[in-house]
Amino acid sequence: MVRVDGKGSSDSLIKIRGLDKQYKRGGENIDVLQGLNLDVDRGDFVAFMGPSGSGKTTLLNLLGGLDVPTRGSITVAGDEVTHMSSGKLTQWRARHVGFIFQMYNLIPVLDAFQNVELPLLLTKLSKADRKKHVETALGVVGLSERMHHYPRQLSGGQEQRVAIARAIIADPTYLLCDEPTGDLDRKSADEVLQLLHRLCTEYNKTILMVTHDPMAAEKAQATLHLNKGVLVEASAVHAGGVA
Amino acid sequence: MKYAHLIFANLRRKKLRTVLTVGSFAVALFLFGFLAVIHKAFSGNLDVVGVDRLMVINKVSIIQPLPTSYKAQIERIPGVKLVTAQTWFGGIYQDPKNFFPSFAIDPETQRQVFPELTVPDDQWNKFVGDREGAIVGSKTAKRFGWKIGDRVPIQAPIYGGTWDFNIDGIYDNPKDGIDLTQFWLQAKYLEERKTFGKGQIGWYTVSLSDPDSAPRVIKAIDTQFANSPFETKSETLAAMTASWVKQAGNVEFLIMAIGGIVFFTLLLVTGNTMALSVRERMGELAVMKAVGFSDRFVLFIVLAESLTVALIGGLIGIALAKLMTLGGDPTGGILFSFVLPISAVVLGILAALGIGMLAGIIPATNAMRLRVVDALRRA
Amino acid sequence: MAIPIVYNLRSMKVRWLTALAAVLGIAGTVGVFVAMLALAHGFRATLVNSGSPENVLIRRAGSSAELDGSVDLDQVNALANEPGVAHNAAGKPLVSPEAVMIAGFNLRESHTNANVQVRGVSPIVLEVRPNIRIVEGRFFEPGLAELVIGKNVTSTYEDLELGKTIAFGGQTWKVVGVFDAGGSSFDSEVWADSRVLNQVYKRPENLSQSVTVRLNSVDSFNQFKDAVTADPKLTVQVDHEVEYYARQSKVLTTLITVLGGLVAFIMGIGAVIGALNTMYAMVSERGREIATMRAIGFPRMSIVVSFVFEALVIAFIGGLIGCLCVLKLNGYTTGTMNMQTFSHMAFAFQVTPILLGVGLIFALLMGVLGGVPPAMRAANRPVATALREL
Repeated sequence: MVRVDGKGSSDSLIKIRGLDKQYKRGGENIDVLQGLNLDVDRGDFVAFMGPSGSGKTTLLNLLGGLDVPTRGSITVAGDEVTHMSSGKLTQWRARHVGFIFQMYNLIPVLDAFQNVELPLLLTKLSKADRKKHVETALGVVGLSERMHHYPRQLSGGQEQRVAIARAIIADPTYLLCDEPTGDLDRKSADEVLQLLHRLCTEYNKTILMVTHDPMAAEKAQATLHLNKGVLVEASAVHAGGVA
Repeated sequence: MKYAHLIFANLRRKKLRTVLTVGSFAVALFLFGFLAVIHKAFSGNLDVVGVDRLMVINKVSIIQPLPTSYKAQIERIPGVKLVTAQTWFGGIYQDPKNFFPSFAIDPETQRQVFPELTVPDDQWNKFVGDREGAIVGSKTAKRFGWKIGDRVPIQAPIYGGTWDFNIDGIYDNPKDGIDLTQFWLQAKYLEERKTFGKGQIGWYTVSLSDPDSAPRVIKAIDTQFANSPFETKSETLAAMTASWVKQAGNVEFLIMAIGGIVFFTLLLVTGNTMALSVRERMGELAVMKAVGFSDRFVLFIVLAESLTVALIGGLIGIALAKLMTLGGDPTGGILFSFVLPISAVVLGILAALGIGMLAGIIPATNAMRLRVVDALRRA
Repeated sequence: MAIPIVYNLRSMKVRWLTALAAVLGIAGTVGVFVAMLALAHGFRATLVNSGSPENVLIRRAGSSAELDGSVDLDQVNALANEPGVAHNAAGKPLVSPEAVMIAGFNLRESHTNANVQVRGVSPIVLEVRPNIRIVEGRFFEPGLAELVIGKNVTSTYEDLELGKTIAFGGQTWKVVGVFDAGGSSFDSEVWADSRVLNQVYKRPENLSQSVTVRLNSVDSFNQFKDAVTADPKLTVQVDHEVEYYARQSKVLTTLITVLGGLVAFIMGIGAVIGALNTMYAMVSERGREIATMRAIGFPRMSIVVSFVFEALVIAFIGGLIGCLCVLKLNGYTTGTMNMQTFSHMAFAFQVTPILLGVGLIFALLMGVLGGVPPAMRAANRPVATALREL
């Protein structure tokens, strides 16, 4: 169940309270996020939309532990991440978050198998175990026959699906997607969105997605808009006439 | 190491660049090896020559002679173990440019004073009994294709005429830095056949019973013959060799200068290449950090790439230098030696790694400091 | 349609660190390269200057170097009467008998002993070798223990200075003059009266190691040589002075040329590799810019020209810096031991305009070799791919 009023239950998977984020740009302080609240439960698929510069990526970075807020708290699966040290945060991230970016996702000099295997190198799994996991993940995203292809041999959609395989391989608590279809053609975009949808419905994955694409948002269960530094629900926005 | 494939994959990213960088290291280290070989050739056998032997020459100049009567007098000085005399013969084989050192030696004492120039006993004994016999160092023998039993004509510009010698033996020593180019003939034959300078020899080499007594013995010898028509100047063999080496000029400085510039240039080029390679990969490095690899990991992996390139290139360069020495002296025997000492190999590899480290440290640090957020925002 | 130069210059300015690295790299290589050439050149020049074409060197038949020859007074007189020998204004034959010895003096730099060639001469030597002049002090007074030294001697050895006294051979000598021998090996020699020298070294007073004879002209050589060979009183060998000195240093020349040449060659290869690497890197970074220019409509050739131009600018500046640094070495005296003459020989780095020119050409060559392949690759990459690449 997704809420933005700060009144969610204490056993939400992700709980954000009173999140502020300020940037300095050209000597001025810009308040990107102001008192943002969010509750997300396991298995939720949420889309974040909003105009450019509204802070969507900022929010995602904060949710992924890539950045620290100016004020407020972020709690994931009971862990308060806002005050973790950089080192601990990195470890925490490896364990809990799966990232899918708009680009740069795959390392061009590694093949699909090796790309998907990357997060597992941080664990103590044996080579044989890693192999099993990679094969499974690639199976889930439907690219088993392309295991040893290099990114340049894959289409845009296939690349993103490999990226998704990598994102889910360590069985993270939730997936963060930043404009995953932004760089893709319609067909590829659909492939990717179908997959994300399946991950949510079949595998009960929690997915938080930032997007411009209304078709992408449709695949999600809930759409939130970032407006004036806080999240509001889609219906509220529609009422305001925003497309 | 489970991350090895990452390092090599990154190096394969721009194959030409990696090949060129490895090539740069190879060339630099080859040059380093080459300079080390030359350095060794000019240093002579400083480490081999001991401080337990003295050379006693005419004070005016080494080419002035000393009387044979001095031998007995030097032997009587306390601390002196053995005395042997040598006289420069100045022989030429076929062409003056085929230079090699030739001396008349005293067979009774030569081997004891110069134990490192080893001759098999049977060959030595033949030489001792042969008036026109000669012993040759293995390097010179090889150079002219002389074999035991050959009779070789040697021109003697100093004493006149052509003298024929029987090659009765070859001296050798596998250790590095030993002079294997000398040609020995019998002192008594020279004394017989020469028409001037009778009763004189070139210089004496004295072996000491105790190396620490060198200064005392030196003083004793030179004082003994002071104010005589043939004043002496005595020095340890090591000191004498050192000053001969210094005469060879500022080769040391030249070599250091060249070596320094070469490595500096290498550092610049490699540093530049590494920096570029990291700049290109900012996005990927950011994703790796996002996935969970630590900042320090990224630092190490960039450094590891730099070090790998350095090591491979360095090994190739040193190996090529070693190969070159096996091909023999390109100047045709002028150089004292043409070998690559182990110390140079080790030093070279360390230098290569050092440069690899220095070249990679700044890009690696930049990669470490990279904030994921900033890198991704560049998109 | 050419790409404006301004683009290249601004690009280099923006990536000044990379450009600087490339420039210094080339400067270093060119510097060493020219230095090696200057070393070999300076050495060879010393040899070439060590003889006059009209001079002939006489030594005892069979001797290989001046050191081990001997010519007595009778033979000297016989030589003076042979045809072709030049005479001075007073009618005296230009025949200079010389006694050559080795003496040990300490090198200034390392304070260790080095062998120096001490030549016993008589006053006629200046007329026999007209390219040698006294530049400080005066020539020695015959019969006295006085020395005149070559211009390289003071800077190379300790204690040999105008006005000072020095002891060797059991005798105290006074340095009364300095001579300039035009950059030849004589500049490293110490000269004394041959009679005094022979006395000190306990040799027959009138013995000389060699005789230098000045002929009327270069053409007189054959006439002179034939006459000498036919003369039964003379058992000597006759050489062109120039050839003799060249041969005496053949070993050393070979050494320096071979070793120096190898170093220069290796550095050249290294330099080209470095240049290629740097240029490829520069091109690689600007993939998108290049593609944009091509998309706009600049022909491929103009891209190639543009990048090669940049490479040449960098190479030229690097070469210039390298040459300027080496220029400081010009005249720097160094020395080494000539095993054939057994003596220390000083010579100077000689950086001539030609060598500098060679250095610059070398630099430009590196620029071209290092710049063309990357430029061609840049120009030929499909535009669309390049635009997509980030």
